[in-house]
Amino acid sequence: MILKVALSIGLLLYAISTFLYLYRILKGPTTSDKVIALDSTGMNLVAIVALLSILYDTDAYLDVILLIALLAFIGTVSFAKFVEKGKVIDRERDN
Amino acid sequence: MKTNNVLLRNVTKVVAFIIFLFSLHLFFAGHYNPGGGFVAGLTSAGAITLTLLAYDIKTVQGMLHMNTIMLTAFGLLIAFCTGMIGIFSGKPFLTHKFGDVVLPILGKTALHTATLFDLGIYLVVVGVTLTIIQTIGESD
Repeated sequence: MILKVALSIGLLLYAISTFLYLYRILKGPTTSDKVIALDSTGMNLVAIVALLSILYDTDAYLDVILLIALLAFIGTVSFAKFVEKGKVIDRERDN
Repeated sequence: MKTNNVLLRNVTKVVAFIIFLFSLHLFFAGHYNPGGGFVAGLTSAGAITLTLLAYDIKTVQGMLHMNTIMLTAFGLLIAFCTGMIGIFSGKPFLTHKFGDVVLPILGKTALHTATLFDLGIYLVVVGVTLTIIQTIGESD
């Protein structure tokens, strides 16, 4: 019972946090703000999936956690490279 | 301005191995747990994509030494031959076999030919994803 209450409070806080990140994604003055907000949204999703897997009492979602974290990392790296260089994948080494 | 992304390259050297091991775990867990050939192939392609982001297409092709289109064809061939096992043993197409096999190091192991079919799916997914990414990356 107390576990369910605590998990519900945690999920509510993470939902509020994700909505605040959504505001930053929509209103961010620069592209970098939006990219960082997207990356943090991914980390919030990791936490939400972890709390849900405790709530549903299953370990079937634990692979999803690692997968979301890896995809958020790769996505953020590619966005960062696009912001810095203008293209995501180089054809030849230039340094 | 010349940038030196030494941080990204050193992180990639560690993280790409972790992603690849995770994809192997997903591949072999697919029979009893969430996972399987499709998501394992996508995760392996993600590891190679991260290497592509940190380096460039020519370096990664020099690391891998493989033609991604031939990889796709090889995966399709494996999946088709796995289906032919059923026909040659007098059963319908794609009938799978399973049983305990004594392997040299591992001992008595329960094996299933559905794993070979999954290996075909894995190779097709890796090949198609890398072909798409490299083709888009090469065109200017």
